[in-house]
Amino acid sequence: MSAFASHYSYWVTVFLMATGLYIVIARGNLLKKLIGLGIFQTSVYLLYIAPGKLIGGTAPIVAEGFRVYSNPLPHVLILTAIVVGVATLALGLAIVVRIREAYGSTEEDEILAADRASGGGG
Amino acid sequence: MIAGQLPALVVVVPLAAAPLVVLVRRPVAAFAIATAACAFSFFAALLLAAEVAGAGPISYALGSWPPPWGIEYRVDAFNAFVLVLVSGAATVVAPYGWRAVAAEVRRDQLYLYHATFCLCVAGLLGMAITGDAFNLFVFMEIASLASYILIALGRDRRALLAAYQYLILGTIGATFYVIGVGLLYLVTGTLNIADMAARLPAVPDLRPVLAALAFVTVGVSLKLALFPLHFWLPNAYAYAPSAVSAFLSATATKVSVYVLLRFYFGVFGLPLVVETLPMPQILLALSIVAIVSASLVALWQTDLKRLFAYSSVAQIGYITLGIGMASREGLTAAVVHLFNHGVTKGALFLLVGGVALRAGGAGFASLRGLARAMPLTALGITLAGLSLIGVPGTAGFVSKWYLVIGAIEAGRWWLAALVVATSLIAVGYVWRFVEAAYLAEPGPATPARGEASPVMLAPAWLLVAACLWFGFDTSFTVTSARRAAALLLGGAP
Repeated sequence: MSAFASHYSYWVTVFLMATGLYIVIARGNLLKKLIGLGIFQTSVYLLYIAPGKLIGGTAPIVAEGFRVYSNPLPHVLILTAIVVGVATLALGLAIVVRIREAYGSTEEDEILAADRASGGGG
Repeated sequence: MIAGQLPALVVVVPLAAAPLVVLVRRPVAAFAIATAACAFSFFAALLLAAEVAGAGPISYALGSWPPPWGIEYRVDAFNAFVLVLVSGAATVVAPYGWRAVAAEVRRDQLYLYHATFCLCVAGLLGMAITGDAFNLFVFMEIASLASYILIALGRDRRALLAAYQYLILGTIGATFYVIGVGLLYLVTGTLNIADMAARLPAVPDLRPVLAALAFVTVGVSLKLALFPLHFWLPNAYAYAPSAVSAFLSATATKVSVYVLLRFYFGVFGLPLVVETLPMPQILLALSIVAIVSASLVALWQTDLKRLFAYSSVAQIGYITLGIGMASREGLTAAVVHLFNHGVTKGALFLLVGGVALRAGGAGFASLRGLARAMPLTALGITLAGLSLIGVPGTAGFVSKWYLVIGAIEAGRWWLAALVVATSLIAVGYVWRFVEAAYLAEPGPATPARGEASPVMLAPAWLLVAACLWFGFDTSFTVTSARRAAALLLGGAP
């Protein structure tokens, strides 16, 4: 129980990770898949940041009276990862807009059916 | 002075060319800048390869921050070879895009194609050169995002869906990779790949390391399209503009193979990958299924681009088969095939692109009697097809030769027999093209007599010539691959 309580941030991370991945796989709507992908990526931010934080730790600026510092590196890394995530989501949404223009739908099964109807291999 | 900065310039030049192209906008200037940037990278990569071959690995501290605190670019015998392949393929495909992409993309959007192409090249080169695990992730995403855009540029609306599916799977792959790196960072406290490898043996708890290995394996395998994680590849290559299919098939999956090798042998180390875990057995099993199933599927395709896309999945299987042997000969075969298949498949997609442009598609109906309508193109596809099969005198033979030797050395005769037997399936699908092009009468869908534009034919034939050249003169490819294999297995470089 104490291991569970002291590591709860990991449980949250794993829950978000599994939820996000499940949505990507289980949903047929292209937009919902992207939302799942977003949740999945966000869980990784937590995986990096949570262990870098020390209870009572401050920003790593050497000053009188502060002895415990949080690790700044994960924060910097995740700042980059967030940018990557935003870019991926933006591009994904842009492609979905184009797909909707071309097919008139954002449901995967309808799109595949439209492709089959037009005689292409799937 | 400049020579010392080459490791950075190789990536920075194409990266900086991308925004420059967007600013300039005019198609001719955009094309010229993109091509010049790729050519510069190729030149720089050759210089680096020569320097590494003579003086050993180069370590470049980005922004003069010494590793392991700063990001390190590390060039050794293996990634210098990969750099040459990627920048070389970019330099050949860039001029091809001049006519080919102009026919497939709206003129006012052409500059965006050139800018994205530069970004993709920079991302792939960055993945190969960086010595920092997180930096590798960032470059992986730069290359991937650029390749999603490039694929979505295809004329067919199915290109959009292919790009979307690749985006979803590619992002899952990259995220898995970054989870693996995160776990490694948590147990070692470093992101520098060499530093990580040095600290890993001292880690007391093996469980996070094993989890990291699993995440990195699955993530990178998605990117390199290892069976059964290859579903994004056939559609993506089939519907992307031909120049893009050629470039990506020659480089993108190959750089991912490099990343897998780097992590298996450069970070986790042979004892963990081979002795603690049955990774070689898993890779061997998946590779065999990939080779057999994808080759058989390729046999039944009705479109030449899709046929070659499935054949790519099979050929990647040969590369991972070499990795699965985990021996010096096996790794040599894997690295040689990484290069040879890049050249061969690049040539094939460039030539098929010429057909698709003139006939409006690459279905087998439009290939009937192609030898009469486009004799040079048909001959090129046949020659590169021979290299795909692995006929002696072509580049493909050299890779299969080392695979067979590796299998026999390990006492696995059945594996050697399998490599030869599956090559026969390749004979089958290449024969289907030869039959249609040379033996069938021209049909209504056959293009009118006349070759593709020389700007497209010349780069394609350059690669066909390379297929033949590297079949006869193996001094560059095999020597580099041997050095790489020795480096990976920890022997003398």
